[in-house]
Amino acid sequence: MNKKNKLSFDTRFDTIRFAVSILIAVLLSFVIILLVSNEPLLALRKLFLGPLESFRRFGNVIELAMLLSFTGLSVSIMFSANQFNMGTEGAVYASAAVASFIALSIPMPRVLSPIVCILGGGVIGAIICFIPAWLNKKWGANVLVSSLMFNYIFFYLAKYFANTTFKDPKCGFVATYLLPANAKLPLLISGTRIHAGLFVLILTIVACVFFMQRTKWGFALKQTGRNQKFAAYTGMNTAFVIAYSQLLGGFVAGVGGAVEVLGMYDRFQWQKLPGYGFDGIVVAILAKNKPQFVPLAAFFLAYLRIGADKMATSTDVTSEMISIIQGVIIMLVAAQAFMAKSRQKMLIKEVRSNG
Amino acid sequence: MGNILEYIFTAEFGYSILRVTTPILFAAIASVVAENSGASNIALEGIMLFAALFGAVGSGLTHSLFLGFCCAILGGLIISLLLGYFALYLKTDIILAGIALNTLASGGTVFLMYVILHDKGSTSSIPTLVFPKVTIPLLDRIPVIGSIFSGQNLLTYVAFLMVAVVWILLYKTKLGMHIRCVGENMEAAESVGISIRKVKMIALLISGFLASLGGAFLSMGYMNGFSRDMVSGRGFIALAAAAMGQLSPVPTMFASLIFGFADALSNMLAAMRIPDEFVKLIPYATTIVGLILFSASRSRQQKKKRIAALMTSQEA
Repeated sequence: MNKKNKLSFDTRFDTIRFAVSILIAVLLSFVIILLVSNEPLLALRKLFLGPLESFRRFGNVIELAMLLSFTGLSVSIMFSANQFNMGTEGAVYASAAVASFIALSIPMPRVLSPIVCILGGGVIGAIICFIPAWLNKKWGANVLVSSLMFNYIFFYLAKYFANTTFKDPKCGFVATYLLPANAKLPLLISGTRIHAGLFVLILTIVACVFFMQRTKWGFALKQTGRNQKFAAYTGMNTAFVIAYSQLLGGFVAGVGGAVEVLGMYDRFQWQKLPGYGFDGIVVAILAKNKPQFVPLAAFFLAYLRIGADKMATSTDVTSEMISIIQGVIIMLVAAQAFMAKSRQKMLIKEVRSNG
Repeated sequence: MGNILEYIFTAEFGYSILRVTTPILFAAIASVVAENSGASNIALEGIMLFAALFGAVGSGLTHSLFLGFCCAILGGLIISLLLGYFALYLKTDIILAGIALNTLASGGTVFLMYVILHDKGSTSSIPTLVFPKVTIPLLDRIPVIGSIFSGQNLLTYVAFLMVAVVWILLYKTKLGMHIRCVGENMEAAESVGISIRKVKMIALLISGFLASLGGAFLSMGYMNGFSRDMVSGRGFIALAAAAMGQLSPVPTMFASLIFGFADALSNMLAAMRIPDEFVKLIPYATTIVGLILFSASRSRQQKKKRIAALMTSQEA
């Protein structure tokens, strides 16, 4: 009975601390806006209510939340194994590029084409996120550093092919040829750009939740992440666990990149790393690496992002402000000793009242 | 191809290696100091960004090189203080805190630049003061060597000087001993009364100071002003250099020079008719190759050591 009470105290306290962290981040954005803006009220309104101003705007939130869910899932799977693999960023870019290359070079019928492109993107993503883990296993190379380096390498490689082999010289800006209509994901809700990728996302989320909570492999993954040595002692092949966690995380990122380009774009046109992979880190941390919370966290971040865009177009505050808020959120949510004193006080009060 | 080789063996190329090594070297020895205390400074990238922006804007607004320099250091120290505070006092995982601060710095510098100058791309609207180039008397008269080593930016000399300073700090001072002690064995350090938190904080601040010098060089020497995301991965390349240098200053310097060479090569090839994308990935690819070679040799050494230990224990 006592033990049960204590457990629920921990969860309750974690929830409070989480809420306070978010509140601090939101308050910080208030303060920043008040400090720098000549029209702070307008800026605040645009930031927090801008996404609700029109149906299309709110559609933008959902569109962005879809991609951020993919990258958030990818990061949360890889981080669950306690691997700081930053490959999601490169995986999203390269898989979006490769999916477009497949669509452009192999003519396929309507339903088959997007499936092949998305799977192709997934495979590329899996490879990209697997390489740093493999280098680590084989030679002990630092995962964080090598995955960051590979992001640049795959970015430049993919960009090279996009800007040479597949470049449309007649297009007014630097981009590939028009993606064939057969390969594109159909629009789902008119008035927005929400597309059939939503089904792919729902499928992915369900699969990830099932995998992490209901399968032996998912259990082994979490155990390895919590304490690799202990997991090894209990007879788990931790190298294998880490390998499939990175493959899977990369695959999800790759699917996300492919879905994004097939659903949202007419051509592949990214000329720099879009940063969605790094946003995935924020999403994963907000969701505490739990796949079922990822869509919620992604929605929160997407809402802030679209609000910030709206704020930037109609006032004098730039959207980059959100990076500051994002950084603060990561640090606070991940801060284990944050509010440690309040925790102590609350615990004592709790014990006394039970006493 | 012959052309390239011809160019590599010129004094001009040697000069440019030292020039582009400078920011990597600053950040790499910054990582050496932090890692020796057992605290990983992943935020090097963000520290350099802040220092570069603060230096460029500070010198532009105050018209003083010294004040600009102070601003740069201040900017970098803000980030390293945040890193230390969150990692050591609020117990945020230091890697996550570093990632968070890099995110914060990448957007934060653009945000600040817009607030101060209403420009999101660069600080070109105000004149940035740059550190002077130093001609070394006598040395500059020697034919090839003179044109490689003389006439470099002041901070380039400071960078190589800092290698010696950090070596002395780590191996010849009490603070350095404490830093290494905390990094090696925390419990032992604590048992003799060393405050782990304080030592790690000091190490992170020294690390932040060194990385700030690298940031200052980027905007007030290498370039003439700050531009968005101008550090472009040098902080991470430096982490690899420090790892390859086994966290000791002099080998780290040589590792930095290798990456500097790759960087210089990439700059040189950019002027030739080679696709831009391939040229730009050279430094990153070199880093990967370097990291693999180093890690492989280290794991082989460790294996040998283990076998040797096993043999001696059996003999006994």
